[in-house]
Amino acid sequence: MKELLILSGKGGTGKTSIVGSFAAVAQNKIMADCDVDAADLHLLLNPSVREKNEFLSGQVAVIDEDKCTECGLCQDECRFDAITNYRVDPVSCEGCGFCSHICPVEAITMNECKAGEWFISDSKYGPLVHARLGIAQENSGKLVALVRRQAKELAEKNKLEYIISDGPPGIGCPVISSLSGVSLALIVTEPTLSGMHDMDRVLGVCQHFGVPAVVCINKCDINDENTRAIQDYCREKGVEVAAMIPFDNAVTEAMVKGISVVEYTDNKVASEIKSLWEHIDRKLKG
Amino acid sequence: MIISVASGKGGTGKTLVATSLALAIKDKYNVQYLDCDVEEPNGHIFLKPDITHSEAVGVPVPGVDEEKCTYCGKCAEVCAYNAIAVVKEYVLTFPELCHGCGACSYLCPEKAISEVPHDIGVIETGYAGNISFSHGKLSIGAAMAPPVIRKVKELADNEKVVIIDASPGTSCPVVEAIKESDFCLLVTEPTPFGLNDLVLAVETVRQLNMPFGVVLNRVGVGDGKTEEYCRKENIPILMTIPLDTGIAGLYSRGIPLVEGMPHYKNGFIELFDKINEGVNERTVNP
Repeated sequence: MKELLILSGKGGTGKTSIVGSFAAVAQNKIMADCDVDAADLHLLLNPSVREKNEFLSGQVAVIDEDKCTECGLCQDECRFDAITNYRVDPVSCEGCGFCSHICPVEAITMNECKAGEWFISDSKYGPLVHARLGIAQENSGKLVALVRRQAKELAEKNKLEYIISDGPPGIGCPVISSLSGVSLALIVTEPTLSGMHDMDRVLGVCQHFGVPAVVCINKCDINDENTRAIQDYCREKGVEVAAMIPFDNAVTEAMVKGISVVEYTDNKVASEIKSLWEHIDRKLKG
Repeated sequence: MIISVASGKGGTGKTLVATSLALAIKDKYNVQYLDCDVEEPNGHIFLKPDITHSEAVGVPVPGVDEEKCTYCGKCAEVCAYNAIAVVKEYVLTFPELCHGCGACSYLCPEKAISEVPHDIGVIETGYAGNISFSHGKLSIGAAMAPPVIRKVKELADNEKVVIIDASPGTSCPVVEAIKESDFCLLVTEPTPFGLNDLVLAVETVRQLNMPFGVVLNRVGVGDGKTEEYCRKENIPILMTIPLDTGIAGLYSRGIPLVEGMPHYKNGFIELFDKINEGVNERTVNP
């Protein structure tokens, strides 16, 4: 079983539109949406939820007012400034439990939080594992790890060949959690200075964790000079440019219709994405 | 006054709006730009600051004095993040998991643990014309953005109009960046992905209980559902920016909108005035 992860560094370069199209053309696969705090893949796959589970993770401190003597030790020692006037701000609390250990009258308990939900769903393209991190919650990395674990179990059980994962933007905790041990990362970039800057950083993360990566230049015709610069950069770094996809409003039109772009049109955008998948398919079978 | 710029979905134009807002009002106000998208900071591409000062950001992680350590295991017991483990006569620390809460060193009965900084990023500061500029950069391979964001925000100067550029999403890095703002601007686009993620972002700012409004970018793409949602929810749309390949071209080259198309300057000044009204209303009638 092989796992493909789509990343970008910068948001809005087209990760989810490409994953949605891969879902439509790839065989024998399961999809995983690892962008747990702003998941969008379900908007293209229209899944029906088969199984819904709570994600319990992390803890938050609660002070028992009746026991509290207002000595102030907890608020002096809290590194996250989460306690003021003997009350805990649950948004700032990082759940370390330090306060509960040092409270001289044992007035502080740590309560487990419901930090989100995760789902196993069926779509016409096969199963999808996705999640929704609770608003303003932490531990997105743990929820990503959970989504991947579930996807892997299902893939093994159903003898599926591929896990195709839609990754989060950025380079931090949820990205690192998405990336560990995947077979290949596809970096979707765009020929803007921001897109290039962020691609460089996310390629650095792939390299840091020893994950092979290829690049896809999306909206490649919006700035030819930058597109050439990306090609030169990739050549220098020994990173393959696996596809060049032109800008096309059809991508947004398909999104509005709630379908993947390869089902919406058969123009150049669709054919480029299809040949990108064929290329990746060959590469993964390698 | 602190204005934060967030979005839910990535790539909707946060940095475009934040940089142009800063440039539009810089002749009238003292402006400070804090780029808190520390995973992928891009504000510098547009504002081109002269960086004059650079400072490492470290998380305090445990350093164990094995001479004093009795391997009692108290540190491992109190660590909520599994960042320290005691195996027979070895103490293992995992700095990348440590949140720097300080519980282990405080609670070690032998006082064998001191805290040593573990670098996870860097803060760079300087000026872009008369705009005071700082950004944080999370190191490649480091997972935790919030400590870097906190350090950038410590530089906020209350005498100035502080503009904070946040990361996409709705989880801890976003909350860390936008909390304690006087106003939050949510930049979105009228597409199903834009709307889905705007709804999540709205839930986040409502939980933080701060005034907010929407900037609708790329109007002309997608559908009318985002505007419909804002109307229904009584969320003010403070500015609209049309879908325009000229704007995309400027963005791709790292040219701020108000410099490439100066007629937009008035729109951003009006945006600032509306934000000011929103903040004042709240102060008078919270």
